[in-house]
Amino acid sequence: MTGINLIFWFIALMTIISASIVVLSNNLIYSAVSLLFTLLGIAGLYVFLWADFIAITQILIYVGGILVLIIFGIMLTHRITDVTLSQSSNQQMLGGGIILIIFLGLSYMMLNTPWFQDTAVEPQETINQIGYLLMIDYLLPFEVASILLLVALIGAALLSRSSK
Amino acid sequence: MDLNSYLIISSILFSLGLFGVITRRNGVAVLMSIELILNAANINFIAFSRFSGMDLSGHIFSLFVIILAAAEAAVALAIILNIFNNFGSINIDDANKMSH
Repeated sequence: MTGINLIFWFIALMTIISASIVVLSNNLIYSAVSLLFTLLGIAGLYVFLWADFIAITQILIYVGGILVLIIFGIMLTHRITDVTLSQSSNQQMLGGGIILIIFLGLSYMMLNTPWFQDTAVEPQETINQIGYLLMIDYLLPFEVASILLLVALIGAALLSRSSK
Repeated sequence: MDLNSYLIISSILFSLGLFGVITRRNGVAVLMSIELILNAANINFIAFSRFSGMDLSGHIFSLFVIILAAAEAAVALAIILNIFNNFGSINIDDANKMSH
């Protein structure tokens, strides 16, 4: 049990440290690479929460799709002659103070609320049940999501073509 | 590894993402911070699902959040590319006009 605890806290620490590199680093490529470790760490947390399908989806879509898209965005919006892909941050002290207050309020609320909790046995797999839920209880949002993806695809292609 | 530790991790991620959104001036960096916020919400969904009797509705919600994040990233990067073409930089403070 302690070994599992050790792995859990290692993953949590890795997630948080790389997330802080994402927001604090001055080099955008460093930010993108540490976003990779953040997303992988979050996928690890999903495994600890018995969400196998969501963990795989996280790796496939976030790491395989969105992160590649973001790196493309960085490459396309900086001239090759720019040696450093640096960027500035404004008013970090003021922003940090406000965010610290928000974080303290948030964690006070989370630790002092009596959340509804119920025990459960670890399921063999979740894919089966997720499939039933998507096809029966959540069929309409599922179909709407497919239309949304189509609209986003067409919209992104239309927006990013050259103006001619 | 109780519910509270997951909630604290996700609130740390949320705060870091919000900090990035309000302090960073680069459009792509703001987008990465928004991804952090969405992931923090996802951790909460899955954690509440796990600790309230493994009700899988939380998993469905986080799936939809992931789908929305993918669509949002595609459209936002297209907009950022347009801002770069029109203004010559992606400093979001410069992009304060609808046309140039």
